[in-house]
Amino acid sequence: MTSPTDKPNDGGVPLPVVPAGATSGAPAEFPPASPAGRGMFGNQGSGDVSGYGGLVRQRQPIEEASRPYGGYFDEVRDALEEAYPAFNDAIEKVVVDRGELTLHVRPERIAEVCQVMRDDLALRFELCSSVSGADYLGADERRLHVIYLLTSMTYRRRVRLEAAVSVEAPHLPSVTAIYPTADWQEREAYDMFGIVFDGHPSLTRILMPDDWEGHPQRKDYPLGGVPVEYKGAEIQPPNERRSYQ
Amino acid sequence: MTTSNYASERETDEGRVFTVTGGDWDTIVAGTDPINDERIVVNMGPQHPSTHGVLRLILELEGETVREARSVIGYLHTGIEKNLEYRNWVQGSTFVTRMDYLAPIFNETAYALAVEKLLGITDDITERATTIRVLMMELNRISSHLVWLATTGMELGAISIMLYGFREREYILDIFETITGLRMNHAYVRPGGVAQDVPDDAIVKIREFLKMMPKKLKEYEDLLSGQPIWTERTKNVAVLDVTGCVALGITGPVLRSAGLAWDLRKTMPYCGYETYEFDVPTHPDGDVWGRYQVRLAEIRESMKLVEQALDRLRPGPVMVADRKIAWPAQLAIGVDGMGNSLEHVAKIMGQSMESLIHHFKLVTEGFRVPPGQVYVAIEAPRGELGVHAVSDGGTRPYRVHYREPSFVNLQALPAMAEGGLIADVIAGGASLDPVMGGCDR
Repeated sequence: MTSPTDKPNDGGVPLPVVPAGATSGAPAEFPPASPAGRGMFGNQGSGDVSGYGGLVRQRQPIEEASRPYGGYFDEVRDALEEAYPAFNDAIEKVVVDRGELTLHVRPERIAEVCQVMRDDLALRFELCSSVSGADYLGADERRLHVIYLLTSMTYRRRVRLEAAVSVEAPHLPSVTAIYPTADWQEREAYDMFGIVFDGHPSLTRILMPDDWEGHPQRKDYPLGGVPVEYKGAEIQPPNERRSYQ
Repeated sequence: MTTSNYASERETDEGRVFTVTGGDWDTIVAGTDPINDERIVVNMGPQHPSTHGVLRLILELEGETVREARSVIGYLHTGIEKNLEYRNWVQGSTFVTRMDYLAPIFNETAYALAVEKLLGITDDITERATTIRVLMMELNRISSHLVWLATTGMELGAISIMLYGFREREYILDIFETITGLRMNHAYVRPGGVAQDVPDDAIVKIREFLKMMPKKLKEYEDLLSGQPIWTERTKNVAVLDVTGCVALGITGPVLRSAGLAWDLRKTMPYCGYETYEFDVPTHPDGDVWGRYQVRLAEIRESMKLVEQALDRLRPGPVMVADRKIAWPAQLAIGVDGMGNSLEHVAKIMGQSMESLIHHFKLVTEGFRVPPGQVYVAIEAPRGELGVHAVSDGGTRPYRVHYREPSFVNLQALPAMAEGGLIADVIAGGASLDPVMGGCDR
């Protein structure tokens, strides 16, 4: 993981670069919770009389998992290591958090890993339950993550694969040849995050109109909205309201 | 082609394309080859009444046979996932309930379970709250399957069943209104429990419903099962076997109608389903008839579950004890839905400053959720409803993704329709039971 910091990372949002200064201004440019670790209301520039502006929030990182992971996680890892010779090259990190196993996979290897996960008799992840994107703006250089949730119907297990790509080169192989169900879900991730799945049969927008510009669920894409008048008072759109960090 | 004034032609990868601007149809088509050019492309929807919502199908037909089918979705996209990122965790309930509008309780429960797992309070949810969730989910499953029966009946020409299905569903919506204050879009199941305890008159209503429903189900079966038109239009139509279902990610009644008893309530239990007694109905054929049989049987199983849940209801709290998560007020149901109880307002405004502060903090700021990500899946009426929720430690969701069964299941439509008759596109599409509000989110 080429995280900007060398700190151990958790299973969810990677740690911010430096927790200094609320980067989302009063009219929140980004969802306020994203990269900021300071202050309370996300407001900048106005006089702070409350003292809360000086609060610095430290996030408790969740360590990379060490053996034994517990449950079926060890078996899954062993089986994958045995069936997939390039394991050490392909798997960047293993995280166990809240009873869920996450394998962070190098993006160019994702299709190979999925193939082994599906076909190996000791793994048998027949069903790809979900493919979705997430944008970790300001927290990870490779900010666009693709999250695959694989389900083994035989062993009744679940495993999450996560691959991270950068906005400049948002490419990774499509898994549609292995899991045809990923077809629309990859299209959705492309539509919403601009992640390009190489080898997808028809990677086009699916939920937004064909001529839409931008990828709406990226964190730097504004929510938009208009102020609403209610009983004489004007209420700002949700992305301009004061928000708590 | 003789009338180049009216119809210009050009060669493309797909074959010859004509742009017709006017003139007599016979002269325009005179130059075409009827043997090779008899495929026509028909655009069905997005306003077609038989496509189950704003779904658009592009069908390439050869006579009445469908050669290729493609579905176009997104007409009901409302950006719920993006919106969630700008509201606090509790407010999320009011958004997700609007996704799959026929199964709002499932959307809410999946969301609540995900948030609870992130908070690490899954084991603290009270017995009564969990039982109420099961009760509500199973009632909701019945109402959702009834709408399926109603709309599918209508789309295949059985108008009476449409009226009956909606009539009985209205009874359930009435029960929901008694409990939550609203017929739909309840925001009733919240992170930490449920918003409101079940009132006594709702229990009476549910008991009445359970007494009435078996007769009605028999009525439906008398009306449809032996009827030749219904069997002709459903048997051996839109077949999809287990391999096809798993490859395409199809879950729920469609997968079970192909013979695989995969039901998350049994295979990966949540909300204490492992302690209830019920069966998972399956059917060997994997056709529309099988899905009809499975759904009817599931209504019966859900009634068993509702009955068991009613028997288990013991007095107790319906929210977690942690006052940093539970809303300070017991809500009250007024004429216009659910809201703060007047007693609570009187208390915080008149008697207790601390209560007011606490209320204000929790309502405007919300609670913080420790960073991390979870995936929680439940068995919705249409299949696996999964929630991938990410928190960065703040008061708002960082990312929430819904693995919507309608969205995933709709991918099976070409596999079901291609090679069949155009009338069977309707039957096949209806048997998938897509809800576009959930599909497009």
